[in-house]
Amino acid sequence: MEFLRPAGWEEALAAKAEHPDAVPLAGGTDIMVELNFGRRRPRTLLDLSAISELHAVERTPSAVRLGAAVPYTRIVEDLADVLPGLAMASRTVGSPQIRNRGSVGGNLGSASPAGDAHPALLAAGATVEAESVRGTRHIPVEEFYTGVKRNALAEDELIRAVRVRPAAGPQQFSKVGTRNAMTIAVCAFALALHPGSRTVRSGIGSAAPTPVRAPEAEEFLGRVLDEGGYWESGEPVPPLVAEEFASLCAAACDPIDDVRGSAAYRRHAVRVMAQRTWEWAWAGYRPGAARNDDEGGAACV
Amino acid sequence: MRVTFTVNGRRCEADDVWEGESLLYVLRERLGLPGSKNACEQGECGSCTVRLDGTPVCACLVAAGQAEGSEVLTVEGLADFARQRSGEPEPDQLSPVQEAFNRAGAVQCGFCTPGLLVAADELLERNPLPSDAEIREALAGNLCRCTGYEKILDAVRLAARGAGEE
Repeated sequence: MEFLRPAGWEEALAAKAEHPDAVPLAGGTDIMVELNFGRRRPRTLLDLSAISELHAVERTPSAVRLGAAVPYTRIVEDLADVLPGLAMASRTVGSPQIRNRGSVGGNLGSASPAGDAHPALLAAGATVEAESVRGTRHIPVEEFYTGVKRNALAEDELIRAVRVRPAAGPQQFSKVGTRNAMTIAVCAFALALHPGSRTVRSGIGSAAPTPVRAPEAEEFLGRVLDEGGYWESGEPVPPLVAEEFASLCAAACDPIDDVRGSAAYRRHAVRVMAQRTWEWAWAGYRPGAARNDDEGGAACV
Repeated sequence: MRVTFTVNGRRCEADDVWEGESLLYVLRERLGLPGSKNACEQGECGSCTVRLDGTPVCACLVAAGQAEGSEVLTVEGLADFARQRSGEPEPDQLSPVQEAFNRAGAVQCGFCTPGLLVAADELLERNPLPSDAEIREALAGNLCRCTGYEKILDAVRLAARGAGEE
């Protein structure tokens, strides 16, 4: 095995072009497990942990450019104001030790349908900045996931960053697991309201071969909010709307039965999470409205 | 390959390291530091917790080559490290967190203890008076199958109180 440790980004791109089968390694929270258990024996490891660009966060009024290797801990601590949905999702990743090493770039590289960041990235409308010696591609995140643990990267490309618009409206995230810490999602759901464009976006994790949006549900809810003048009034939206939205989200799933849960359970859980995250988000859009914190229904913080 | 880094303040070199080898393996099998425990090898249990350039990490999930040039703190160096941090020149003493684990009876079989000590010490460095929720959160990545955690929580509270009285 070969261990490459480029000191800078250009050098990393050159190394990836020269060794297209090199496995990128940053926090190691996925790759090292595979190495420790003998599940994977890559010919080359490309260690990206020394590259400062990948640990940088650039904030402009129109975008947050999140370096691919920025650990979840920093997203939780520093970016909850601009990326609230992603910060909530990051908060549910593994344990402190895992959040200190794991990153959104790693989640995207692994492209597991259970990755915690994916639903929040889908809901926020993130784009993935993929770079190679040939140039840079900006890939909408919903086009990035191409299959179970497969993504749209070409073999000479590396993930440089993720670009996300700073939140202009409420965002929520919810995850079902067996306990609070150290748990892989049985399924997860994220919702973002975008008052500027008068749209709603969603993200579903672990309930289809890839992380997915629920386009029909988004369109339905967006239309109701628009036609009812709710964006302007901030009035309560009839409960029937929430139920229909949740049903459409459940219908967007294509889950399987596995050790963590059955397909039927996942569909049901996505429906419940869609309804709750919508209620939390809309409560957040109407300042002064009372928050309904029923047991089991509390929003992630 | 050769890997060179600082462990507990001492420069160490390990030779013939396999490229896919973990930092944990190098510490235990090549550098004679078996304090960090090897259990799950997948970041679930926290018994291999060390600090890598100050940050608590699972040593089993760090490739040895990634530690090149960095500073690693293991449980073996915790007492010295705590002493230097507090500026108290009393040699051969345990760190306050280690003392508190002893006094509170937070150690049963002892296997999870090194990881918990490193994690708890880092918590108290960052947050000298943590709430119970903050203690639970900071130690959420460290599994213990003996104690039921209550004595461990007692120990961290004790260590925090002890430091507060000084």
